[in-house]
Amino acid sequence: MAVKRVRFTFPENLIREPLIYNLGHEFRVITNVRMADVDERTGWVLLELEGDPDEVERSLAWATAKGVRVDPVAGDIVEG
Amino acid sequence: MSFATNLRCRECHREYPLEARHVCDFCFGPVEVAYDYDGIRRNVTRASIEAGPASLWRYKDFLPCDADNAIDIGAGYTPLIRAQNLGRALGLNNLYIKNDTMNPTWSFKDRVVAVASSRARELGYDKLACASTGNLANSVSAHAAAAGMEAVVFIPEDLEAGKVLGSSIYNPTLVKVRGNYDAVNRLCAELAGSYNWGFVNVNVRAYYAEGSKTLGFEVAEQLGWRTPDHCVVPIASGSLFVKIRKGFEELYKAGLIDQPKIRMSGAQATGCSPVATAWREGTKNFRPQRPNTIAKSLAIGNPADGYYSLVQLEETGGACGMVDDPEIVAGMKLLAETEGIFGETAGGVTVASLKQLAAEGRIHPDELTVAFITGAGFKTAEAVADALNPALEIDATMDSFEAAYRAPVAQGVA
Repeated sequence: MAVKRVRFTFPENLIREPLIYNLGHEFRVITNVRMADVDERTGWVLLELEGDPDEVERSLAWATAKGVRVDPVAGDIVEG
Repeated sequence: MSFATNLRCRECHREYPLEARHVCDFCFGPVEVAYDYDGIRRNVTRASIEAGPASLWRYKDFLPCDADNAIDIGAGYTPLIRAQNLGRALGLNNLYIKNDTMNPTWSFKDRVVAVASSRARELGYDKLACASTGNLANSVSAHAAAAGMEAVVFIPEDLEAGKVLGSSIYNPTLVKVRGNYDAVNRLCAELAGSYNWGFVNVNVRAYYAEGSKTLGFEVAEQLGWRTPDHCVVPIASGSLFVKIRKGFEELYKAGLIDQPKIRMSGAQATGCSPVATAWREGTKNFRPQRPNTIAKSLAIGNPADGYYSLVQLEETGGACGMVDDPEIVAGMKLLAETEGIFGETAGGVTVASLKQLAAEGRIHPDELTVAFITGAGFKTAEAVADALNPALEIDATMDSFEAAYRAPVAQGVA
């Protein structure tokens, strides 16, 4: 089992979709939201994903394909 | 001695020991170092600081590592100059430049890496690592070399030649990563989670960030133990922007200065402006961007301290400049031609933003304003090379010189 901490950023067109709920149904991945801020134009969610490593990666690829931006929880790793 | 007491989550305020940790286990918020300010107040005076070394270690009591065993290549205590010529050009009567190009590897990153590398060694790491668009890689490589530690630095493949050389000379394991910005970032996040190395801006980030406070300490001391009215700071991850203010606040908590009342303004490139864009839209929910700017040292599309930067802009009544690539080049040239300082592209962003904010009336002409120039221009020579006047090429005769010299003078070039 792998645990991955990520930040999802939602564009405006996905704000009304239950994406995290759907992710949990499409993949054998446990989602655990820790912090979030969503308004009518954009939103972000910090969450933990737990499951088989390949399944976690597949779920993230699925979210990315849906239009969600997926980042490490602590922001960009590459610095100036 | 260090008066650091623990790590504290900036969101839920949970406390942790002074260990290698960058986020809270509960809310995933960032952690930062907390201090015993009463202890600092009892032990530290202006005189004790002034008697310290001409480096950032003169503020050792405010830093989270043992200064006596620190990795010290002479970072910090850079000049603060009165910028009368630039001020005149911009209509600012009380402008200063904090010239952090004067650090050992020619950027402010030496401040954060001095602290991070020292703390990493205290925590038992024998390897330092980072993922960088240049300045950070240079500084990690240099500090590791001085400490006899191994350095592994990851850089994007399209980096400026000066920044690649600026790491190679210290003989780190230098890894050029092929792929776009997101791919490099994703790989480096995975590496940081897989290897038990001292990734300076990941697992020891809480300590790393503290190094930036020393810019605030120095500016206050160099102004005669007072604070500016207004600071203009380039924003990449936002850590520098937030920590400079923390530096001023800590001096106040230690009883060394009056309560600061400083407007903190930021500077970003249009091609990577998540904070500036959110500020203009009046939201703190910044949208991550895919960077596309010549200011690669500011090319952080998803800034770790983006939210806190926006909070600070609001709390202090600051503004955030946003300038395009031609304005950045013009800013680099203006700084060089008025003050004799060759800053890198990030410096161009700062000067161009200063100009923009002054023109918009967001900086009052009489405010004591400090602009932070964070890296040297030779690292990003490509950015301005084509925008500079060519040399006069002459034969070794007086006639040849005079003919060549008169022509450009007549054209108003020389």
